Amino acid sequence: MLSVFRAAAGRVVRGDVRYYAWMVFLLALIGLAISRYVRQLDRGLITTAMRDQVSWGFYIANFTFLVGIAAAAILLVIPAYLYQFRPIREIVLFGEMVAITAVIMCALFIMVDLGQPLRVWHAWPVLGIMNFPSSLFIWDALALLGYLAINVLLVLYALWRLATGREYRLSLIFPLIVLSIPWAVSIHTITAFLYNGLPSRPFWNASILAPRFLASAFCSGPALMLIILQLIRRFSAVEVDNKALFKIAELIAYAMGVNVLLLGAEMFKEFYSGSVHMAPLEYLYFGLRGQGMLQPWIWEATAFNLIAFLIFLVPRLRERPLFLNLGAVLIVLGVYVEKGMGLVVPGFVPDTLGEIYEYWPTVSEGIIAAGIWATGALLFTLMVKFTVPIYTGQIRAERAAERGRR
Amino acid sequence: MDDTPSESGRPATVSRRAFTKGLALGLGATALPTGPAAALDWTAFFQKHFREMSEEEIRRTVERLEREARHRWRKDIRISTTRAMPGVVFGAGVDLSRCIGCRRCVYACVEENNQSRNPQVHWITVLRFRKGEKWSDLANAEKYYEPGRVPEEGFFYLPVQCQLCDNSPCVRVCPTRATWKEPDGIVVVDYNWCIGCRYCMAACPFGARRFNWAEPTIPVDEVNPDTHYLGNRPRPKGVVEKCTLCIHRVRAGRYPACVEACPVGARKFGNLLDPGSEIRYLIEHKRVFRLKEDLNTEPKFYYFFSA
Amino acid sequence: MRGALVASVAATALLVGMAAGQGRTAGVRAEPGSDLPTRLVPHTLSPKSFPCSKCHRHLKPNSEKRALELAHTNVTLKHAETQRWCLDCHEGDKLRLPNGELVEYEKSFVLCGQCHGTVFRDWKAGLHGKRTGAWNGDRYYRLCVSCHDAHEPRYRPIQPKPAPVKPANLR
Repeated sequence: MLSVFRAAAGRVVRGDVRYYAWMVFLLALIGLAISRYVRQLDRGLITTAMRDQVSWGFYIANFTFLVGIAAAAILLVIPAYLYQFRPIREIVLFGEMVAITAVIMCALFIMVDLGQPLRVWHAWPVLGIMNFPSSLFIWDALALLGYLAINVLLVLYALWRLATGREYRLSLIFPLIVLSIPWAVSIHTITAFLYNGLPSRPFWNASILAPRFLASAFCSGPALMLIILQLIRRFSAVEVDNKALFKIAELIAYAMGVNVLLLGAEMFKEFYSGSVHMAPLEYLYFGLRGQGMLQPWIWEATAFNLIAFLIFLVPRLRERPLFLNLGAVLIVLGVYVEKGMGLVVPGFVPDTLGEIYEYWPTVSEGIIAAGIWATGALLFTLMVKFTVPIYTGQIRAERAAERGRR
Repeated sequence: MDDTPSESGRPATVSRRAFTKGLALGLGATALPTGPAAALDWTAFFQKHFREMSEEEIRRTVERLEREARHRWRKDIRISTTRAMPGVVFGAGVDLSRCIGCRRCVYACVEENNQSRNPQVHWITVLRFRKGEKWSDLANAEKYYEPGRVPEEGFFYLPVQCQLCDNSPCVRVCPTRATWKEPDGIVVVDYNWCIGCRYCMAACPFGARRFNWAEPTIPVDEVNPDTHYLGNRPRPKGVVEKCTLCIHRVRAGRYPACVEACPVGARKFGNLLDPGSEIRYLIEHKRVFRLKEDLNTEPKFYYFFSA
Repeated sequence: MRGALVASVAATALLVGMAAGQGRTAGVRAEPGSDLPTRLVPHTLSPKSFPCSKCHRHLKPNSEKRALELAHTNVTLKHAETQRWCLDCHEGDKLRLPNGELVEYEKSFVLCGQCHGTVFRDWKAGLHGKRTGAWNGDRYYRLCVSCHDAHEPRYRPIQPKPAPVKPANLR
């Protein structure tokens, strides 16, 4: 088995021009981001647009979105393992790898947001002092770490079985799979609670927040999966059954329906009752006291989500590649805005003393964030590149052929 | 862009060198002191949480911090670790009928507590409200008012700082217990333990917590050398700080700087456990209220209208 | 003579309304056993420096309410002025209480307290006016006249310190 892994690892560095160009592009982005991050370390977070009034920004927005992406793997796990839906079971491995990548990116986004990143060990078990169970930050860190471990184990197990050419033995990993489902729900719920538990921020202090997080995660994650799966199908020998894609699209439609419903409920409650707690939502959608930098973005996001909902709701539309891809892209963009900047920034606007500070990330923040996305893309590409020849049985076949010749 | 005022006494910037030498060095240069103090780097890195240190460890840590401070500010800075007095829980008050919004307290606090001048850090914010308009939700607060004279006709003022919550949301959310409530009710931060995640800032309902977005700068001759470990000692960048009621003063029996700076005597201060204290008199004789009482954070900062 | 008088009175008027010294100023001990504050920060100007009797011993008190033209022209009375005249509060080199009792200028607060009972009580308790020193030890009080001009007691507006830097300008 190890020899199969070694052979696969050897292939990771080999590829066509497009592959190398992609690698060079990602590495360039990462290099640029590192240079910006070194500058941020040297000068402090003053290089970002965050200030005391809006003390979390683009980094935490990306973090929040990515927790959603990570949680979405279970939307593949459930039909794959619990309902034995074969087309999805064949590709669930890639979903788990997306989850792994997303969790690592989450950790990176937290790291770049810290004022004293070298002291991160203060929040580690044994070495540091964890404020458990009081701080949701610790809960979230533990939940994400556990989720990472579960997915790494699932992927390793799958690869091992594939490398040795054996079928999955469900009895072995079933407990892990069963565990992964509530765990995925919990990472997202806990991330929502991280914001939700702050009575100082009425925008987040709404009990609908966690369900909204889950609903939007179950749209954005699978939508990203749709795009990634098609890319894998295009650039590798992996077969992805259209049935799997259509099933995912169908699930997205339901999740988006719930997402829109929950958003509507939130909008109704705030705007009809019209208490002072409506201010952040008003700022986000309509502007407050003449300021509302996020308005065009949130309306765009809302429109994207609604259009995508309609596309994915109608089977004849979602089964046409053009519309399928359009819908997937719209959802990823829509949720990225809604749950990223659209969720984090209005929590701080107006701030607790009524001040409006219009936060917009600096170039430096943008580049560092892009660098983390590039790191994620690089990691995922390498993982897929490593996995595909094992997954397709190519390596095993070649070895068998070799043995046969001898 | 590296035009940090030279008065700061800040060690030479490392950006270009760090850029070339890569991420690891950059990380090191950021969190650890450079130059002659470099030998102390690892002791600084492995410094324990203040409340986990033995008396001996505290003594050695304070010695090292004083050495570092002397190196950085070219001035002898004394860092005290005076503990809370038994039988004392501090409370504060502001008479909104008297406050004229002159911001004397804001700047007295900055000077007393070694807040960064650039980028500017203020622990106290004075809000202005138009009389007769909705104000208790603070939504119509004006923070940047700049008239020639105060008080202005038709307005009133409300200074906000740490509200001394008994049930502090900031303490609850801190992932590393770097901020906590002392026995005398003062919520403090261990600047050497804070990781700079700013969760406490999101949690604070009063905007009382401030972050060092860049290396703090203070003109050397304005550095207050009388400091406390949990209060006004010089801070590094990337950590959160806040009003500590002038912990170095009040634990020595003195009034906080803001109380003494107020030209109209609107600020009140005392021991809530002492029935004869000013603060107890205030609570018993005036109709007091606290900000955002609906959040149940139980502040010990009392506002009242004496007239 | 007249010039000197006007100048000294003008100096009083200027100084009244300014807060007296800060911090641990040497306090004057009030008599023990009373509920009066223990340590008072004296007013910056001592009454000894411009005794009324210096001029007034040559003049007969005139209780007629009138505009003063010869002296004290800079004193504007905006303190229940329709019901008052100088001699209601001043007699010789002392202050006069409504019952005719005389008090020294150092204890002017006794006179103020005659009308402003609630504020007087708050002041004694440390609630009205500024205190400096030790919250659990020696507390220093200012006199009413340290902050309020007895003739025009409303606190005079002052220039505020600069507004904080807006977040967008913080770099």
